[in-house]
Amino acid sequence: MNLALKDIRHSLFRFILTCFGLGLLMTVVLAMIGIYNGLVSDALAAVKAPRADLWVVEANTQGPFAEASSLPAATRDAVARLPGIAEAGAITYQTIEAQHGTQTLRLYVIGYERGRPGGPSTVTEGRGLGRSHYELVVDRKSGLEVGDTIRLGRNRFTVVGLTEDAMNSGGDPAVFMTLSDAMALQSELDPAAERVRAARGAASPDASNVAAVIARIESDADVARVAATIRQWKHLGALTQAQQEELLLASVVDRARRQIGLFLGILLTVSAVVIALIIYTMTMEKLKQIATLKLIGAPDRTILGLIVQQALILGASGWAIGLSLILLVKDNFPRRVVLEPTNALVLFGIIILVCILASGLGIRAALKVDPATALGG
Amino acid sequence: MAIGDLLVDVSGVAKHYGEGETRVDALRAVDLQIHAGEVVAMLGPSGSGKTSLLNIIGCIVDPSAGRLVLDGETVFDGRWLRGNLRQLRLDKIGFIFQAHNLLPFLTAEENVSVVLDLAGWKPAAAQTRARELLDYLEVGHRAGVKPAHLSGGEAQRVAIARALANRPRIILADEPTAALDSVRAQLVMDLLRKLAVEQEACILTVTHDEKIFDRFDRLIHLRDGRLSTE
Repeated sequence: MNLALKDIRHSLFRFILTCFGLGLLMTVVLAMIGIYNGLVSDALAAVKAPRADLWVVEANTQGPFAEASSLPAATRDAVARLPGIAEAGAITYQTIEAQHGTQTLRLYVIGYERGRPGGPSTVTEGRGLGRSHYELVVDRKSGLEVGDTIRLGRNRFTVVGLTEDAMNSGGDPAVFMTLSDAMALQSELDPAAERVRAARGAASPDASNVAAVIARIESDADVARVAATIRQWKHLGALTQAQQEELLLASVVDRARRQIGLFLGILLTVSAVVIALIIYTMTMEKLKQIATLKLIGAPDRTILGLIVQQALILGASGWAIGLSLILLVKDNFPRRVVLEPTNALVLFGIIILVCILASGLGIRAALKVDPATALGG
Repeated sequence: MAIGDLLVDVSGVAKHYGEGETRVDALRAVDLQIHAGEVVAMLGPSGSGKTSLLNIIGCIVDPSAGRLVLDGETVFDGRWLRGNLRQLRLDKIGFIFQAHNLLPFLTAEENVSVVLDLAGWKPAAAQTRARELLDYLEVGHRAGVKPAHLSGGEAQRVAIARALANRPRIILADEPTAALDSVRAQLVMDLLRKLAVEQEACILTVTHDEKIFDRFDRLIHLRDGRLSTE
């Protein structure tokens, strides 16, 4: 006879409510894990998307993500000619705000050379850039659809394709356009501002610079050696893909990551305390029944089983409810919530461990109860 | 009444709580013998040691001194001679409580069969035995009902069925009729007497209920931890 299940069935509604409460707590824990992963994943998305082996940037900078970097666009040709380089492409990054209908969109504009590294990794709807000007491939999260038009700077662009999971470390969805459009967008002023600049006789902003040159190396080439060769040019710096990723995580997202990580730790501690309290309270409410069981001859393992099984069912149910809820709502979060199966499994392991440890308090109280209590004195 | 086997043999049992100035002697060299088929009432004012003696015979409380023999087995002689007292209780002793103490999450039938389950009976056999007992105690029609929906009398009869489930030969009862009206109290006592005879068991009851005194074979009195018999 399974006493734990019988007891649960006896007060099923209350148990379900408790599980649901715990489930909501698990939803928050999973959401924080997802946000944490999302932050890292978002930050790395722009770095990983070009599938580059090498990032050539302005000397003595850690660009183009950790700090600004500016190179002459012609650097691409110089890099492409180096031994060991398979292909290279110039690239620019900038964040802009644009009106679309009644909405103000914050977009991460990536300018790249068609047919060279730097474009969207996949186009899930529509097509890639087919013309030299005024076409966009946008991340689906921007809310733009294929066929939509949007004014960026002085020109109107048409969305020709959609991509996914392309954004900057702030979560702003990426917009891919040709390098020439992006450079024009960077340098061309609004007509009113242009008139003021012309009247002042100031120079035009330099439209011939790019943020970085990305390169893919030949399969038999040594990336470190190629990077060292590039660094010999005093005006250039070179970072491998791994260095660029490390740099981004260490500088751009490190604080946010630690903040969320700390909050996640606090949340897990709170969950552990809540689980312990629930199990302890459930046990304390049953002390008289436990005394009766002891009196009629129930061994400790029966009492232990009653408490531990209920704790495990509670933990597993709370976890399942939490996981179901977060999977239902995760796409409604303003920033990406990335949950890997391993995250859910590790949390399950932690919850089960917490439940077993939390049962300890209840078990201690249950094993200490005097069977004479059942006799009423 | 024919004298049956000696089931409870208490010799020189003492129990004190605390030491020095705070020492309280709950029991002083108590001797008590109860035979199979006997129904014995234990009377005494509050604090006289009734509960202590009942708990000692029920192997719940350690005696400070003396010897205790249950159903022919010496279980305490200056120290417990059995390691697993819960198994001893399961095998030899049935308890009936003042407030019946049925487990609220089990049905009447499950409350009886849980004892058999603990004793290692197969579920089907335990269920049959529980149903037989409930039928015998005329609450078989309430087998699937939980304690919250049983009347006081029904609940007490289920509690008696639970106490008898594993066929213990020693039944200890603490105010078993306190929650019942006089008619039901008489019925419960008649039932216990019948069971004692049929199952060759003995019944030791703590009670203050004067209206059932005539249902006992013996009344024993405890005063200041000492025993006297009427």
